[in-house]
Amino acid sequence: MMRDITLGQYYPVESPVHKLDPRTKLFGTLVLIIALFLADNLFCYVLAAAFLFGVIAVSRVPVGHIVKGLKPIIFLLLFSVVFNLFLTSGEVLVKFWIFTITKEGLIRSGMMAVRLIFLVMGTSLLTFTTTPNQLTDGLEKSLRFLRIFRVPVHEIAMMMSIALRFIPILVEETDKIMKAQMARGADFETGGIIKKAKAMIPLLVPLFISAFRRASDLAMAMEARCYHGGDGRTKMKPLRYQTADRIAYLILLAFPAGMVALRLAA
Amino acid sequence: MGIIKAKNLIYNYIKRDEEEKVEEVSEAVRDVSLDIEEGQFVAVLGHNGSGKSTLAKHMNALLLPSEGTIWIGGKDTKDDDALWEIRQTAGMVFQNPDNQIIASVVEEDVGFGPENMGVPTDEIWQRVDECLKAVGMTAYRKSSPNRLSGGQKQRVAIAGVMAMEPKCIVLDEPTAMLDPNGRKEVIRTVRELNQKKGITVILITHYMEEVIHADRIYVMDEGEIAMEGTPQEIFSRVEKLKSLRLDVPQVTELAYELRKKGLSLSPCILDIETFVAELTDIWKKRTGSSTAKAAAAGPASAE
Repeated sequence: MMRDITLGQYYPVESPVHKLDPRTKLFGTLVLIIALFLADNLFCYVLAAAFLFGVIAVSRVPVGHIVKGLKPIIFLLLFSVVFNLFLTSGEVLVKFWIFTITKEGLIRSGMMAVRLIFLVMGTSLLTFTTTPNQLTDGLEKSLRFLRIFRVPVHEIAMMMSIALRFIPILVEETDKIMKAQMARGADFETGGIIKKAKAMIPLLVPLFISAFRRASDLAMAMEARCYHGGDGRTKMKPLRYQTADRIAYLILLAFPAGMVALRLAA
Repeated sequence: MGIIKAKNLIYNYIKRDEEEKVEEVSEAVRDVSLDIEEGQFVAVLGHNGSGKSTLAKHMNALLLPSEGTIWIGGKDTKDDDALWEIRQTAGMVFQNPDNQIIASVVEEDVGFGPENMGVPTDEIWQRVDECLKAVGMTAYRKSSPNRLSGGQKQRVAIAGVMAMEPKCIVLDEPTAMLDPNGRKEVIRTVRELNQKKGITVILITHYMEEVIHADRIYVMDEGEIAMEGTPQEIFSRVEKLKSLRLDVPQVTELAYELRKKGLSLSPCILDIETFVAELTDIWKKRTGSSTAKAAAAGPASAE
């Protein structure tokens, strides 16, 4: 279970997509999102599908595994499909009771569904092929320009990676405190929602205290090891673009260009 | 001047009330002077609250003295410009192994110190390889620290400090949270670093067994240095140690009691081997014969 938390959704196989620089993958995800919103006819969607499934095939992550990731958005999906289906005016196809289904509504809801599905599949592909640490590194480097606006990019990235390191430790600690409190008669299971929430207090208070203590220890250990922010820091594993990344960038530029061309042609 | 030198060091913990008024001042370190030579293995012993951890934090400029001065590698810790140099000279290993490992992969954690110092990437890798080898953790370099035992985590922490290539390592009760096996692992590693690489070690502990091989021992009590000397000198004064609420190693105490009862043992025995050898000698003398049987029975009965 602990492994699951730290690695997130990472699907550990060797593939060219896994090996890509996280910045390339972040850019790719952004391109996919933009391209999906540019799509407005069938050919565009065929191109988007070709791109997405092409990448999935290269990544060696089973399609079934990615489809499973759609579960949490099923309600959102139904919601938007139903709304678009019944509330779009135009040429009437079917009419019963107070519901009317129009041709435009059918097309629009279909497109909406495909768009959402592709969007979620594409973004989850990013987390399937990139470890949270790589993702943090990639974000830190890609968002470095925000420093002009005084956004502490390095500090945020450092916080994210420390959080990832401490999640399993705190989970273990919660478990320990819970058992200790249960041994002294605390009841976490019965009662309504308010009673259960109240029962959490003796769990959360010691947990917070311990988390603060750990944070203070860790800060001291970091200082002792000469940590003084991001300035003048070198990287053990610096991000460097490889040939594969350059090829990927070409594809990533060609894909939205093709999308625009198809849109204009139609 | 040695690598660490303190002169009349005083540190006050100031407790303030809600209105920032001074409520209570307690002296954690009182007028400590010491001089540690490069390459030595120095142990600081003391009961809980004796000020030994506070003293340790001064050696890394994590705390600054209220009065007096401490020099690390010739630099005064009050000098702000020398701060990072001081922290590179004297690395520090803390008590809780979980709270000092920063990265989620072992090798990245070892590389954290050099990264902060701005060491070029290739050299970081070189140092990480070397240090993991020195503490015997190369096999775990790709693992998550969460999957290691306490002793292993502490060895990773030592490697992380080593990678900064310090002249001196200060270990603040590194074994307090470990099981006996983990303790042995860590102490063995530290001794090896001292002997093979010539790194000055300052080991702060309250386990007597860990300090019998030290070059020099300081015993602290109530913020002061109560005793100072070689392990022989320190452990031969069993009564004094007991008055400081410290124990001597079991074998030393046994030898001490036997000596009091009139056995002609040497004044300070620190390890079981010497003890057994001396007892065997006495046994031989008493039985007046040096038959193989007596010699064989001697060590067996001693153990």
